[in-house]
Amino acid sequence: MKLKSVLMATALAGVAFGAQAQEVTVMSWGGAYTKSQVEAYHKPFTAETGIKVNSVDADNPATPIKAQVEAGNVSVDVADVELSDAVRLCDEGLLELIDHSMLPPAPDGTPATEDFIEGALQDCAVASIVWSTVVSYNSDNVDGTPTSIADFFDTEKFPGKRGLRKSAKATLEMALMADGVPAEEVYDVLDTSEGVDRAFAVLDGIKDDIVWWEAGAQPPQLLADGEVVMSTAYNGRIFNAAVMEEQPLEILWDGQILDFDLFVVPRGAANMESAMEFISFATDTQRLADQAKWISYGPARKSSGELVGLYQDGETEMGPHMPTAEANLENALVNNFEFWVDMDAELNERFNSWLAN
Amino acid sequence: MSDATANQSLTTADGIPLKAALARAEARARRRAFLLVLPLLAFILITFVTPIAQMLHQSVYNEGFTMHTDVITGERTPIMTNVKEWFDENPVGTEPDEEAYAALAEDIRKLREVRAAGSAGTRINYERSGTRSMFTKANRSITGLEPPYKEAFIELDEEWGAPDLWQVMRDASTPYTVNFYLAAIDLKKSPDGGFEGVPDNRKVYVNLFQRTLFLSVLITFLTFVLGYPIAHLLATLPLRQSNLLMILVLLPFWTSLLVRTTSWIVLLQSEGVLNDALVGAGLLGDENRLPMMYNQIGTVVAMTHILLPFMVLPLYSVMRPINPSYVRAARSLGATSWTAFWRIYFPQTIPGIGAGALLVFILSVGYYITPALVGGSSGQLISNLIAFHMQNSLNWSLAAALAALLLGGVLILYWLYDRLVGIDNLKLG
Repeated sequence: MKLKSVLMATALAGVAFGAQAQEVTVMSWGGAYTKSQVEAYHKPFTAETGIKVNSVDADNPATPIKAQVEAGNVSVDVADVELSDAVRLCDEGLLELIDHSMLPPAPDGTPATEDFIEGALQDCAVASIVWSTVVSYNSDNVDGTPTSIADFFDTEKFPGKRGLRKSAKATLEMALMADGVPAEEVYDVLDTSEGVDRAFAVLDGIKDDIVWWEAGAQPPQLLADGEVVMSTAYNGRIFNAAVMEEQPLEILWDGQILDFDLFVVPRGAANMESAMEFISFATDTQRLADQAKWISYGPARKSSGELVGLYQDGETEMGPHMPTAEANLENALVNNFEFWVDMDAELNERFNSWLAN
Repeated sequence: MSDATANQSLTTADGIPLKAALARAEARARRRAFLLVLPLLAFILITFVTPIAQMLHQSVYNEGFTMHTDVITGERTPIMTNVKEWFDENPVGTEPDEEAYAALAEDIRKLREVRAAGSAGTRINYERSGTRSMFTKANRSITGLEPPYKEAFIELDEEWGAPDLWQVMRDASTPYTVNFYLAAIDLKKSPDGGFEGVPDNRKVYVNLFQRTLFLSVLITFLTFVLGYPIAHLLATLPLRQSNLLMILVLLPFWTSLLVRTTSWIVLLQSEGVLNDALVGAGLLGDENRLPMMYNQIGTVVAMTHILLPFMVLPLYSVMRPINPSYVRAARSLGATSWTAFWRIYFPQTIPGIGAGALLVFILSVGYYITPALVGGSSGQLISNLIAFHMQNSLNWSLAAALAALLLGGVLILYWLYDRLVGIDNLKLG
C-alpha cells in the first residue's frame, strides 16, 4: 500500500513537473506584433528558463479565451488582450488574479506598482504595451497631405476608399472627433443618444466608400494594394510596413486612440506557474524596452522609456514613432474601458443594424 | 382428435414451443442488428442530435441571472435568490420597496463572493444596455453600502430606481424566456406585457433573414442556369471527353474554399485583375472602376462559383442514363427541337434539378465564410450575425435563437418542397 502511494505520488509529480517544465502557450494578435513578442519575450524566456513557448494567434484573443474557459477546455496559458476585455473577463471570473508583488522592480529599485503607467496594472492583468488606433494613408495614392482626422471622413477633399475596423469601438470616437468634438469630451457626447446619432451621421457620409477590415494585418495590405487610400490601423503595423517593407505609408497622429495591451491568464490554464513566470519575465524593464526594437508600441513601464533605442534595422530612432511621443499626443484620446465594457453590446447592436441597412 | 392437435402447439426438437423459439431467434437477430448499428447511432446522437438539442435549449434558457457555475470546480451556486423571492411575493408592476433593495444588496454580496457580478450583469445588459456596469460597480462598493438600501443604491446609480430595470430583472430571474426569439425577429416586450418592435435603428435580423433568402434563391437560380448546359454537355459527350471535362468541374470542388474565395478577391477587387484589364483596354476610366468586391455582387459571384458543382453533379447523374432515343423519337414524330426538349427531355431531368436546387439552396442559406470575406457590409448573411454573437458579443442564447429560426425556415421549405415536388422525386446521384 505504502509503496503504491509512493509510486503514485512520484508518477503524479512527474506528470506535474513534466507539464510545467515543458511549455507555455501564449495567444496574441498575429503578424508583426506577435513577431515582436517572439523576439523580445519568447526567445529570451526559453533561453533563460528552458520553458518552451508556443505562440498562437487570433483576431482578438479575448474571444477564444472566453469560449475556452466557459467550455472548461483551456488550451492557452497566457493571452494578450485589450484593456476593456481584460476588465470584463476579470469581472466575469474568467481570469486568474495576478499578484502584482511578483513583478520585478525597476532597475533603480522602484517597485513595479509605481513603475507601471497608471491603469497598466489590473487585478487580473499586466500591461506590456501602449498602442494606438491611427489613421494611415498611402502617400502615393493621396493627392495632398491629410492633416486632421476630419480629412479621413472627407471623401470630397480626398477621394478614394477608406478602410475601417468592423467594430463600433474606435470607429465612433473617431467619427465624433472628426465632427469637431474635442478628445476630452468624446465619451460624454457618446454617452447620449444624440451623440451616437451624430457619430453615425458622420459615418453615413462615407458609408459607400468603406472597406471593412477585421484582422490587424489587413490595413497595411489594403493600403499597399491601393484598395483603400486611407485606413484606420494599429500604429505598429503601419510602422513595420513603412520601415521594413518600405511601403509609402504615413501615419496621421491627429485623433489617435490610445489603448493598452495586457497579459492575462485564463482560469484553469494548464501551466499556471510557467504562465506567471512568463508574465513577470516579459514585463520587466528591459524586455519591454526590447520589444520596441521590433515594433513601434510604447512600453507600459516608465523605466523602460529611456532604454528604448533603435529599431532592428539599426538606424531608425524609435522615440518619435511611439504613440506616446510628445508631438503625437496633441489631439489624442485615451480609450475609456469602462464606457466600452458597458456599452459594447448596445453600440455594436446599433452598429450591426447600421451596417446591414 | 383434431381439437387436441390444434390446442397442442408445435414444439421444436428439444420441446420448446415453436412460437417461443421463433420469437427468441428473432429477438436475437434484432439485437444483433441493433448492436451493429449502435456505433453509428451513438455517433449521430453524440455529434448531431445532442448539440442541436442543446442549442435549441439554449435559445430559450439562460441562467446568467439565476445560477453561477464555477468554471474550475463546476460547483453550481444559485444567485439572486432573495430578489427572486421578492418577485414571487409581489405582483408585476409593484414599486420596488426597501425590502426589495435589501434583497438586492444581499444578492450582490453573494455575487461578490462567487465572482459572478459580471455574468449576472451581462444577462441584464442583453435586454437593457448600460446596466452591466451598474452590477460591477455595486459589486465593488457593496461592502461600504449601508441601509437604507434604496437610497444607497439610487445614489450609486439612479438607474437602480427605474421600474423598467426591475421588470427586466423579474423576467431574467426565471431562466426560461422567449426574449431571445423576440430579439431575433426585432421585437421586444413592451412595458404593458405585449410585444413591440425595436426602434428602426436597431432593426437588423428580419432584414437579414430576407436578404439571406433572396440571395440564396438567386444563387440557386444562377447555379441552375449555368449548371444545366454544363451537365447536359457532360452527359451527351462520349465518355472519354466527358470524363476530362468532369475533372474541370471537380477540380475547383477539390480546391480549398478559402483559396477559391481569395482568388475571387484578387480578380474582382477594384484594383484587381478584371478592373485593371477593363481600364487597360480603355473600356473604363480609372476613376470609374466597377465595385464588384465587398458587396452583394462579390457574395453572389463567389458563392455561385463555389456551389456550382453541387448543382452539376446531381443533374449529370440524372441526365446520363436518359435514353437519347426518346428525343429522337419525338423529333421523328414532328416535334421541333424546343418541343422535344421541353416536353420530353426536361421533365426527365426534374429529379436532378430538385436535388441540385435543394442542395445549393440549403447550403447557401447557412453559408458563412465566403460572405464574411467578400460580402463587405451589404453582402452579409444571417449566418455572419450568428457568428458575431457566437464569437464576439458572446450572446450564445441569441445566436441559438437565430440559428433555430434558420433551421425552422429550412425545414418548412423542405416540407413545402415535399408537398409540391415530392421528396421521392429527389435523385442525388
